[in-house]
This record gives sequence, structure tokens and C-alpha cells, in this order.
Amino acid sequence: MTSVDPGYFGPYGGRYVPETLVPALDELERGWREIKDDPGFALELEGLQRDYVGRPTPLYRTERLAEEKSVYLKREDLCHTGAHKINNALGQALIARRLGKQRIVAETGAGQHGVAAATVCARFGLDCVVYMGSEDMARQAPNVERMRLLGAEVSPVEFGTRTLKEATSEAIRDWITNVETTHYMIGSCVGPHPYPELVGELQAVIGREAREQILAAEGRLPDAVVACVGGGSNAIGLFAGFVDDSGVRLIGVEAAGAASLGTGRAGVLHGARSSLLADDDGQIADAHSISAGLDYPGVGPEHAFLRDSGRAEYVPATDEEALTVFHLLAEREGIIPALEPAHALARALELDAELVLVGLSGRGDKDLATVLSR
Amino acid sequence: MKRVSIYLMAGKKTPELAAAAVAGGADLLEIGFPFSDPLADGPVIRLAGERALAEGMRTQACLECLAKTRAKVDVPLIPMTYASILEAYGYERFREDAVAAGATSFIVADLPLEAARDLPRVQLVAPTTPDERIRLAAERTDGWLYLVSLTGTTGARDSVSGQLRGLVERSRSVTDVPLLAGFGISTPEQAAAAAELADGIVVGSRAVEVAESEGYAGLERYVRALRAAVDDLAASRAG
Repeated sequence: MTSVDPGYFGPYGGRYVPETLVPALDELERGWREIKDDPGFALELEGLQRDYVGRPTPLYRTERLAEEKSVYLKREDLCHTGAHKINNALGQALIARRLGKQRIVAETGAGQHGVAAATVCARFGLDCVVYMGSEDMARQAPNVERMRLLGAEVSPVEFGTRTLKEATSEAIRDWITNVETTHYMIGSCVGPHPYPELVGELQAVIGREAREQILAAEGRLPDAVVACVGGGSNAIGLFAGFVDDSGVRLIGVEAAGAASLGTGRAGVLHGARSSLLADDDGQIADAHSISAGLDYPGVGPEHAFLRDSGRAEYVPATDEEALTVFHLLAEREGIIPALEPAHALARALELDAELVLVGLSGRGDKDLATVLSR
Repeated sequence: MKRVSIYLMAGKKTPELAAAAVAGGADLLEIGFPFSDPLADGPVIRLAGERALAEGMRTQACLECLAKTRAKVDVPLIPMTYASILEAYGYERFREDAVAAGATSFIVADLPLEAARDLPRVQLVAPTTPDERIRLAAERTDGWLYLVSLTGTTGARDSVSGQLRGLVERSRSVTDVPLLAGFGISTPEQAAAAAELADGIVVGSRAVEVAESEGYAGLERYVRALRAAVDDLAASRAG
């Protein structure tokens, strides 16, 4: 394994999966290479992004949130279904259709990716099974109802941590079993090659739009771009717009109790080598976060590479810090953020920078019960 | 002669269970080093792994278990585990320490052909594996090829997968290495049916269940029944 191997970001990435899946990943990679260079695909995706998702999403300059700096929010919370997850789900639905797969399996933590998957499956007439930890089903009950309303089967995962980690494992086991008929619609830039690259490219629309929008608004690039990182798909998508602009700081914010990049070590989980929360023996550790979307012990391999190369910085935010900003944004700007991007905002507000762009990856309706119970 | 491979999860009782399996007629043994997130495994082995981890079967304890098992039996011993364990321990160090503890080869369920080329191991091929890739796996495998007889995870099924015959035929057309079929083989009848096609069988989940519920004598009886089913087949052919 060297850094020039396809599917690797430096020493991270790869395909650490049971053999049954390797040919399916080859097929997916071939399908993806064909489709992404196909002008028909680009046209169809752009049309759906515009008319169905509501893109481009606004770049909003906050009025009362921060006094000494300009803080812009990239409003992915205004996407159809309320989060950036739909960007990826829509693209993968088109790929599944191209590959002739009628059945979709997906995992979900907070339920945002599950809802996005169920939504696009309804739109394209695909069968959809979403694996979700029973613990998450209890704390995100409205999203469970939403998925069912959209026609998806929500399959509870009753073992281990009963959260996203186990839901992902069960989705992969389902895929191993039904690989001939099924596409695995992974929700973040994690998993075996080509998923990290594929999801990253589908989310890169966030960064492309944001770069254009900030240049139009300010006539210059931001000093820093900040996004929350669980698996890391909204961050990788936003960073993509600025990664070649060496003057722009890229800052990923992890939940303090799920800091795969900040406190993790190299390991293998869910098909990829990355930075993980694991013990000395390589057993995966439990993550802890108030935000179900960040409550995951792994992270996309490209983030591990960006950390090692120094191009991006990764810092933690605590549950309490996220909660404080959750209220602040609601009260000062009339925007209720998801708890995930509230982590990013918490660090962004204290940055020593004049112009900051923050990824507001989703809206906070799903988190009301969690926040009100504190 | 057809080969019978039995999988046991590493644990306090494993050395004695291994002796029982060999007394029953096992030709080789796979020793599971448990991992927290075993993607290739169905519920039985996943739960056995959780129990093993709960009783402290971390890598060092598994290596000690391997050495104690080696002291009891002479058959090949193959640690079966996941890449994360080797990543943490170091691939080269793991190989050296496991061989010193009596390992004959390795099986790493989520380590594809292309990765960790320096670690000699038994390669797995599945019904989805193209012929050219089977040939490559056979070239790189250590001793025999593990045929994953179905698209799915480990665990008992009602009958031997219809996918096995095609996989055996495709494998035979590209290699002469012995082919052992596993995944979804649990009863003596299934063992005979699979051994009729392949050069041997691997039984995991059911062996783990029998070891758990019926102990040493039960495991020996169970392996003897598998052995007899596989040998009867050979005898009836010879006759």
C-alpha cells in the first residue's frame, strides 16, 4: 500500500471489506466513473438539485450573532429534508438506477440521512430499508415516523451501542447478503473505496456554491471555513471549495466525546483505514455526543489525510458549548440549527478572524426534544 | 480425504474444546480473535465475540490461548480475525507472535487480496468473485482457498447454498489448491453435500453454539458426526 494506490488518501482509505463486496465496489466504481463524466447525468442532477432540493442554498451573513467579525452561514438547513444529506442521497439514487439496483439499504444515526434516503427512494420508486440503532430510534422518533411515511422500512438494530456504529455494520451485512439486487447508500464520506470519494464529490456542490457566493458578497475569500465533522461529509463538501486556496484556514469541529481525529488512532472500521476511537487492541470504542449525527467513532479517510498534511485543523466542542450556541443562533438570528453545526458555530465565534464562513449543515427541529430536556 | 475445519472463538475453554474437536476428527482449527465490529459475521459469532471480549479476550490473551491450544493439539491452527486487530498490534509483529504461539496461517475476513501482501494467509473467495480474481486469490493463498459458499454473513442456513456448486466449478477451472467451503454449513447432511463438491468444509457458528451449550463431549460428538458424514461420502464413492 502506497499513497499512489487508487482509493487512498495518503495511508488512509482503501477497501477493508469481506471479499463478497469487492466486486460490487468495483462495479460501483465503474458505474460512478461512467456516470460522472456523462453530461446527461450532470444535467439531470443539476435539475433535481435546483427544482427538488432547492439549490443553490443561500449564503447568509449573520446580523446579530457576532460583533467583531463577519460570520456567514451556508444554509444547507434549507435543503429539502432539512440537511445536506439529500445532496448525496440524490446522486446515489441516480447511480443506483444506472446500475440497475432496485433496492436501497442505508444506515442512519440522527435520522437525517435515513430521511434523505427514504425521500429519494420515494422519488425514484426504489425499495428502501434503513438500519437504525434502537437507542437512536427512541431519541429521534419523529424522523422514524418520517421515514415510514415516505415508504421506507426502518429496521431496528438492537445490539452493541444501538447507535450509528451498529446500524452501519448491519447495513453492510444486509448489502453482503443482497449484493446482487441492492445498492448501499452510505450516508457519509466513510466506508470502502469508492464511497469516500463519491460522497465527497456529491457534497462538493456545497463548497463550489459557497466560494462563488462569498466572492460575490465580499469580493474576497474568507479567512476561515468551519464545519462540523462526524463522518465528515458536509465538511468535506464545504472544504472542497477552498482546499486549493492556501490562504483559507479549514477548520473541522468534532464533538468532544467523539473526536476521531483529535484523540483517535489509525485503525480499520466499516471498510476503510482512518483515524478512529479505538483502544490499544484495535477494538472500537464508543463515542458520546448529544448530537446523534456526530456520535460515531470513525471519520472519513480524507479528513485524516487533511489533518496529517496540516491543510485542515480539527478541534473539539463540548455538548454544553453546542447547546449554548443552539440557543444563541435561535435568539439572535431566528435560525434553529441542528446540534451538529452548533458545534462548528461554537468554535467559529471565538476564532481570531475577520471573515468566517460556517457550514450550517442542517436544521434543528429534530433536536428540540433533546434540547428541551436539558 | 475430505477435510473438516472447525472454528472456535478464543476463550478460557478453547484449548480443551480444541482437543475435543480434534478427538472428534477435525483436521484443522480456526481460532477466532474477537473484534468489536465483525462485518462478515452473523449473530452467533458476533455474540460469541462480544462474550469473549467481555471476558477479556484481547489480542494478548488470544495469543496465549493459541499457545495453550497448540500445547493440546497437533493440527494446523489458524487465527481468524479482522484487520483492525492487526493494525493495532502491527502486522509483522502479529505474524511473528502468532507463529511463535503455534499459528499455521491466518484468515483476516476484511483484508482484501491487494492489502498486506507480506502476511501469508488463507484467501477467501465468494460467489461474486470473478474467475480472474479467484485465480489471483489461489496464487496468493496459503495452502487452501476458503470458499464463501453464499452471499451473506456467517451462520446456519436451512440448506447448502445453491451458489456453492458454481463457485467450486469456477475455482477448479483456475486452480489446483484445495477448496474448503464454509458459511451456512451446520448439519452433517449439509457437510456431506458441501464436501461432495469441495475438498472439505468449514463449520463455525454451529460449532460455537454446540461448544457453548453442550461442552467438550457435545462438541466432540458433533464433530464426529460431521466427520462421519464427510467420510461416508468418500467411502461410498470408493465403493
